[in-house]
Amino acid sequence: MLLQLKKITKVFNEGTLDEKIALQSIDLTLAPGDFVTIIGSNGAGKSTLMNIISGRLLPDTGSILINGKDVTEMSEHQRARYIGRVFQDPLAGTAPNMTIEENLALAYGRTRRRTLKFGVTKKRREFFRETLQTLQLGLENRLNAKVGLLSGGERQALSLLMATFTKPDLLLLDEHTAALDPARADLITRLTEEIVSQSKLTTLMVTHNMEQALKLGNRLIMMDKGQIIFAASGEEKKKLTVEKLLQEFQRIRGSQFVSDRAVLS
Amino acid sequence: MFTAFFGSVEAGLIYAVMALGVYLSFRILDFPDLTVDGSFVTGAAVAAVLIINGTNPFIASFVALLAGFAAGCITGLLHTKGKINPLLSGILMMIALYSINLRIMGKSNVPLLQEETVITILVEWWQKIGVDQMIENALTSMNLVNFVPRTWAIVVLMAFVVIIIKVLLDQFLKTEIGLALRATGDNKKMISSFSANTDVLTIFGLGLSNALVAFSGALIAQYGGFSDVGMGIGMIIVGLASVIIGEALFGANSIARATLAVIGGAIVYRIVVTLALRVQFLETGDVKLITALIVIAALIFPQFIASQNEKRRKKLKSRLRGEGVAAAKKDYESI
Repeated sequence: MLLQLKKITKVFNEGTLDEKIALQSIDLTLAPGDFVTIIGSNGAGKSTLMNIISGRLLPDTGSILINGKDVTEMSEHQRARYIGRVFQDPLAGTAPNMTIEENLALAYGRTRRRTLKFGVTKKRREFFRETLQTLQLGLENRLNAKVGLLSGGERQALSLLMATFTKPDLLLLDEHTAALDPARADLITRLTEEIVSQSKLTTLMVTHNMEQALKLGNRLIMMDKGQIIFAASGEEKKKLTVEKLLQEFQRIRGSQFVSDRAVLS
Repeated sequence: MFTAFFGSVEAGLIYAVMALGVYLSFRILDFPDLTVDGSFVTGAAVAAVLIINGTNPFIASFVALLAGFAAGCITGLLHTKGKINPLLSGILMMIALYSINLRIMGKSNVPLLQEETVITILVEWWQKIGVDQMIENALTSMNLVNFVPRTWAIVVLMAFVVIIIKVLLDQFLKTEIGLALRATGDNKKMISSFSANTDVLTIFGLGLSNALVAFSGALIAQYGGFSDVGMGIGMIIVGLASVIIGEALFGANSIARATLAVIGGAIVYRIVVTLALRVQFLETGDVKLITALIVIAALIFPQFIASQNEKRRKKLKSRLRGEGVAAAKKDYESI
């Protein structure tokens, strides 16, 4: 099993009036090559779950295993050796005052110890150029451009590439198309699909877009109030529609699916 | 006049090493590090005390550099591990260093006038090869007797030292560790998602920055012939002035360009202060006020010029658009 979450619980502001149970005893297992999409209403705990897997937050109880190795106590940067991440904010995944090739060199260093050798060598530059070509955005001709000059869509595409071209064991996508306009969001969705299937990356994607959640991946999880309330995989997932998902939610919870951002149709 | 000018270039080159240190913390790490006021004196104090106790001045200067590195690392530890705000960790370290510097020197001022220093050794060596004589002859034959300085040794050799440090710094910032250091100042969240330990990088970066500052302090003590516990007051502002003036005058498109600009800024700053002090009613004590005014001017003017340019550009654009509309109208009417 590639990723195992065992009885993960997280409570914010414990013992105060603002106490909020973000995650309640979550169990989740991902096999190598699984592509799981996560949907859920506001405050369902999707982002908390991502932050706990990436090491930004520590769980109150429970354990996290990657490739059978217990990483629960590992710090964020240590865990990053196994995990590639793309954030919701298109500005968060790249360094704006550094060039495209320097950013790629930073991403290239994810899996190895950084040394006093030059980050961008002739050989690597060629490799970066080839890698950038797969995006078909013409970025391969702008290796020395500062990343801050790129558009939001271009920066998110670059972030996606940077998170994936070193083939992480696990890819975490945290609503990575939510802050983009529809055309850019489509582009990033398409690139995500291509890259994940080509490199057979094990992926966990949070999304607010039900259509996207249905279209991408081989498994789907619905979360509510810190729990996984519905899961579908394989053929069952293929047959799902947005209406069925909403009905399912209503049947389980007895209330309407509430999300100010959910794209329902 | 010329002598004063020449002196400010000499001092400017030595202070440029400090300014490069400030550039590293302030611009690269995005960390306004006030440790500088203390670590500059630490460098001077360590070098001075070692030299009067008979240590080789080159070794003494190197030990001063290490002392600065240690001071910077402690500031970094206070910030990253102690979770203290950057400004406050710098101020705390600066205050702590004031007492430590007094302890190192044992008194508030250590004179070096009769001692052999890096500067005296280099000047002696320089005079042996007789370059000064050649330049002097050349200048005299061109009727430029007024432009003959005491010696060219300090300017030439310090320029050499500063350029070596600049090139090493430029190259370091292109290495894998150097890139990660720059990313720590640029986007911390991003670089920790690429498995870099930003705490260690911040500590190391501040160490490196203060190592340069302390080395500069050691050289200034040997150049000026004394180390004084008060010589670091306002040093961070001098460093910032050099960085900001340099970037405003010479640009900062790339790292190599920016470090060169910082060196230029340090020299220009010294010249401006020297010129300002020649104004009749200003006194030596006014230096800090002048420095503050220079920094304020260097911070405000580029913004002012940029907004003026922007306004002009917009005006031009709207006029062009107006002309475009008029032309379209004409076309329309002619149909």
